[in-house]
Amino acid sequence: METVVNILSWAFLLAGAFLGISGAVGLFRFPEFFTRLHAASVTDSLCAALIVLGLILQSASLMLIIKLVLILLILTYTSPTAAHALAKAALHGGLKPVPDGEGEPSSKS
Amino acid sequence: MRDLFAIVMLFGIYSLLSAGFFVSMDAVDVALTEAAVGAGITTVLMLGTLALTARTEKRKGHGPLLPLLVVIVTGAALIYATLDMPYFADPDAPAHQHVAPRYIQESGTEIGIPNIVTSVLASYRGFDTLGEVVVIFAAGLGVLILLGVAGDRRHDASPSTMQHHLVLRVITKSLIPLILLYALYIQFHGDYGPGGGFQAGVIFAAAFILYSIIYGLNSAERIISPAVLRFLMAAGVLIFSGTGVAALLLGGNYLDYDFLAHDPVHGQHVGILLVEFGVGVTVTAVMISVFFNFSGRSNARQETGKQ
Amino acid sequence: MTTVLGLYNYWVVIFLMMVGFYIVIAHGNMVKKVVGLNIFQTSVFILYISVGKVRDGAAPILDDTVTVYSNPLPHVLILTAIVVGVATTALALALIVRIRESYGSIEEEDIHRQDESL
Repeated sequence: METVVNILSWAFLLAGAFLGISGAVGLFRFPEFFTRLHAASVTDSLCAALIVLGLILQSASLMLIIKLVLILLILTYTSPTAAHALAKAALHGGLKPVPDGEGEPSSKS
Repeated sequence: MRDLFAIVMLFGIYSLLSAGFFVSMDAVDVALTEAAVGAGITTVLMLGTLALTARTEKRKGHGPLLPLLVVIVTGAALIYATLDMPYFADPDAPAHQHVAPRYIQESGTEIGIPNIVTSVLASYRGFDTLGEVVVIFAAGLGVLILLGVAGDRRHDASPSTMQHHLVLRVITKSLIPLILLYALYIQFHGDYGPGGGFQAGVIFAAAFILYSIIYGLNSAERIISPAVLRFLMAAGVLIFSGTGVAALLLGGNYLDYDFLAHDPVHGQHVGILLVEFGVGVTVTAVMISVFFNFSGRSNARQETGKQ
Repeated sequence: MTTVLGLYNYWVVIFLMMVGFYIVIAHGNMVKKVVGLNIFQTSVFILYISVGKVRDGAAPILDDTVTVYSNPLPHVLILTAIVVGVATTALALALIVRIRESYGSIEEEDIHRQDESL
C-alpha cells in the first residue's frame, strides 16, 4: 500500500514537472501571443494541480491534506481566470489571433 | 530594457522570489508580509502610476561608465568589509547572544503566545510598532494631500471597462468573501502562527482593491466612502496609543500591558489583541485610500480631458 | 574556501545592493529609480534575515518538538521595515504622478532642463 501511494505521488509530481517545463519551453518557442498564453496557462492550471495532488498523496496529517485541497480549489478558481483576463486584455488592446498558416515568426509583443 | 510595464512585472516576480527565500530562512512572518506587500500592493501602485505617466523610458543622454565605476568601487569596499563578519547560520554569531535568547526563553512564560515574532513585535518592542503605524498613517495622509481630488465625485455609475466581463465578475464575487475571511483569520491567528495586523490589513485591502478594479471606482466608493477611510486611518492609531494610555491610567508604564487585566499574562494577551487590531485597521484604511486616490486621479484626468 | 562558503550570503546581498544602487544613479526615469530603490531595500531585508538564521533552527513559533529556534529579532525589525518601505514607495509614486503633471515628463533630464531655463 505504501509503495503504491509513493509511486502514484512520484508519477503526479513528475508529470507536473514535465508539464511545467513544456509550458516554459512553449512560452519561448510559440510564434504568437495567444499560443504562448495557452502554454503559460497549462503551467498555471494543470502543472500546479498535478504537483498539489502529488503532495496530497505524500502528506502525513489530515490537517495538511485539507489545506492542500483548499489550495487546489483556489488554484483551479484563479489561474484560468488570470489567463482569461490576459486574453481579454489582449483582444481589447487590438491583438487578434492569427489563423493557422499565416503566423509570422516570433515578433516582440 | 525600456518598457516600464515589463520592469514592474519583473519586479513583482522578484518580490515573490524573495518571499520564497524568506521562507527557506525560517522567517515565515516576514515571507507572508513580503508576498502580500511586495508582490501585491507595490505592483498595483506602480501599475497605477504607469497608467498616469509614461509607459516607456526615453533614451538617456549620458553613458553608463561613471555610475558603473562608482558601483564597482562601492561593491569592492563592501565585500572587503564583510570579511570580518560571522559565517552564515553560525549559532555563535553575536546576533544570537544577549537579547534574542532572553526573548526565546522568556516569551512563553511572560506572554504566553506561541508566535515569538508577534510577542516581540507587539509587546517587547511595542514602541517600534507604534512608530511604524504612525509612519503608515503619515504616508496615507501624504498621498491624500498629493493626489486627493476635492469635492463631490460624480455619483453616476460611469461604467468601468470591466463591466462586460462575465467570468471576471463572477469569480471576483465568489472570491472576495473568501479573501476577507482569510484576512480575518490571519489577523486573529497571528498569535499562534505566522500572521498579525500588517499582513491581515494588506489582504483585507486587497479584497477591496480587487472589487474596485473589476466594478469601478464609483461602486467601490459607495461601499466604503473616503470619509470613512479617513476616519479609520486615524482610529487605528488612536486604538494603539489608547491602549498605551489605558495602561498608564491603570498604574503601569506606557504600553505596559501587564496592568490591563487581573493577571499579567492575560493583560499581555489583551494588549496584543488591541494593538494588532489597531494596526490592522490603519493598514487597511491607508492601503485602500492610497489606491482610491491613484484611481480617482486617473478618472479626474479623463474627465477634464488632460493627458 | 570556508570563507566563500561562509560569507556567500553577504556577497549575494552586496551584489543586489549594487544593482539597486546602479539603477538609481544611472537611469533618468523616475519610476525606474523607485524600482531600483526597492531592489536596494529588499537586498537589505535579505541581509538581516540571513543574519538571523541559525543552522538547523526552526521558525520562531514555540513548539514542544523544537529545540533550536531561529532568531526572531531580525524578523520583527524587517517586518516593520517592509511595511514602512511600502508606505514610502506609495508616497514616492504619488510624487511622481504630481511631477508628471507639473513638468509634463518623468525623465530627470527634462526636469533639469525646465528648472534651469526658469
